[in-house]
Amino acid sequence: MSKVVKGWLYSREHEWVEVLSETRVRVGITDFAQNQLGDLVFVELPQVGAEVVANQSMGSVESVKAVSDLFSPVSGKVVEVNSELEDSPEVINSDAYSGGWMIVVEISNPDELSELLSAEQYADFVLEG
Amino acid sequence: MQAQALKRTPLYPLYAQHGAKVIDFGGWELPVQFSSIIEEHHTVRTKAGLFDVSHMGEVMIEGPDASAFVQSLITNDVTTLQTNQALYAAMCYPDGGTVDDLLVYKQGEQKFLLVINASNIDKDVDWIVSHAKGEVTVENVSEATAQLAIQGPLAEQVLQRLTATDLSQIRYFWFQQDVDVAGIKALVSRTGYTGEDGFELYVSAADAPSLWEKILAEGKADGVLPCGLGARDTLRFEARLPLYGQELGADITPLEAGIGFAVKLQKEQDFIGKEALQKQKAAGVPRKLVGVELIGRGIPRTGYPVFAQEAGEQDEPIGYITSGTQSPTLKKNLGLALIRAEYAAVDTPLAVEIRGKRVEAVTVKSPFYKR
Repeated sequence: MSKVVKGWLYSREHEWVEVLSETRVRVGITDFAQNQLGDLVFVELPQVGAEVVANQSMGSVESVKAVSDLFSPVSGKVVEVNSELEDSPEVINSDAYSGGWMIVVEISNPDELSELLSAEQYADFVLEG
Repeated sequence: MQAQALKRTPLYPLYAQHGAKVIDFGGWELPVQFSSIIEEHHTVRTKAGLFDVSHMGEVMIEGPDASAFVQSLITNDVTTLQTNQALYAAMCYPDGGTVDDLLVYKQGEQKFLLVINASNIDKDVDWIVSHAKGEVTVENVSEATAQLAIQGPLAEQVLQRLTATDLSQIRYFWFQQDVDVAGIKALVSRTGYTGEDGFELYVSAADAPSLWEKILAEGKADGVLPCGLGARDTLRFEARLPLYGQELGADITPLEAGIGFAVKLQKEQDFIGKEALQKQKAAGVPRKLVGVELIGRGIPRTGYPVFAQEAGEQDEPIGYITSGTQSPTLKKNLGLALIRAEYAAVDTPLAVEIRGKRVEAVTVKSPFYKR
């Protein structure tokens, strides 16, 4: 069974959202997602300053076998990017919830957070497939 | 809506207990990986891995005219084979496009086993039957036949512990019939699709699960792992072994795909596609399969367009990527590309279009890996 972190929020596209403050969130992909994707060998993330839009593509991850879009769970401006993933995308596999973080976003619409799932809801969502 | 049921090999019931992640692969429910594609890949390059390749098709051709018939179907020269010897070949359409690539096993003067791609079984059997001539029988034995492949530098020593037959006497592209392996009757062939030494074992479907477990148990101490189709694909890719549907197809000739070594245009008897291939060779192949390495950031993937480096926005691509990945052995982002022949020389600067962006690339020598 894949792990979830209690208290964080989750999208149906398998991103996690850690609320850092009223206006800032950190975003990554879930343990379930990394497990489904397999060995990750390439990541393309937005740059600092870029605008991301909820439910729209913000980049991509590639396993040995395939390319998958990353969907932003929130709208806003990217203020930090985990540039270490560029050289070490495998950290997402080994440490999806910590070292595998992708971006920090200054959110423009806090109401969007209510659209996301709780840890318990996400765990059920994954089980239902 | 009920989708058509996926086909399964006789080993399907064992996948789960070995941790397999199962995917739909051309209508077959097959393991893409057991542990991790990269780990399985390195295991085959350094130790040995065991693959279930029972989805492959097998067609038996027998009769007094079997040799002449097979000779008329394939691009390679079957008359060079001795009994217990195998060769790699293509079957072509009259225009030189490829029906399939295959192995031909000469089991006797009047008995040939053709091993074909899983996704092409129905098409190939129809093709073979419709071109049958002389006194021959054609039998699709795919369902009754399972195939396991043990591949890697330790393959021989692990398998040797399970049989009294001296495996060192089976040379590359030769085989032995009716070999007793762990009490199971197998055709043991020194062939493979990974670029490593190893064996392919053809057994009855009923015997496959037991043989699978016995090989894994015997190889456990040597680090032998069950391996999936993901690693099989990265291994064959590094060794530049073509995959039908990517490097080969109805619109790609074997000469373009770089398997001219398996096309014997000088052989006396006619074969389907011979004339077209002779013409193409005389005129010069219009496209060639080349190795491509990305210099900019990105991984080339099947279908991505390839451009000349100086090409403008309006220029047409010069070809496309047929297969690509990050090579687990070389840690480089590599592709095979079918491109116009005038760009095929090594060190030609190119660009690969990745999701609308052109990324700098260069042609490189292939195979990317040789043992």
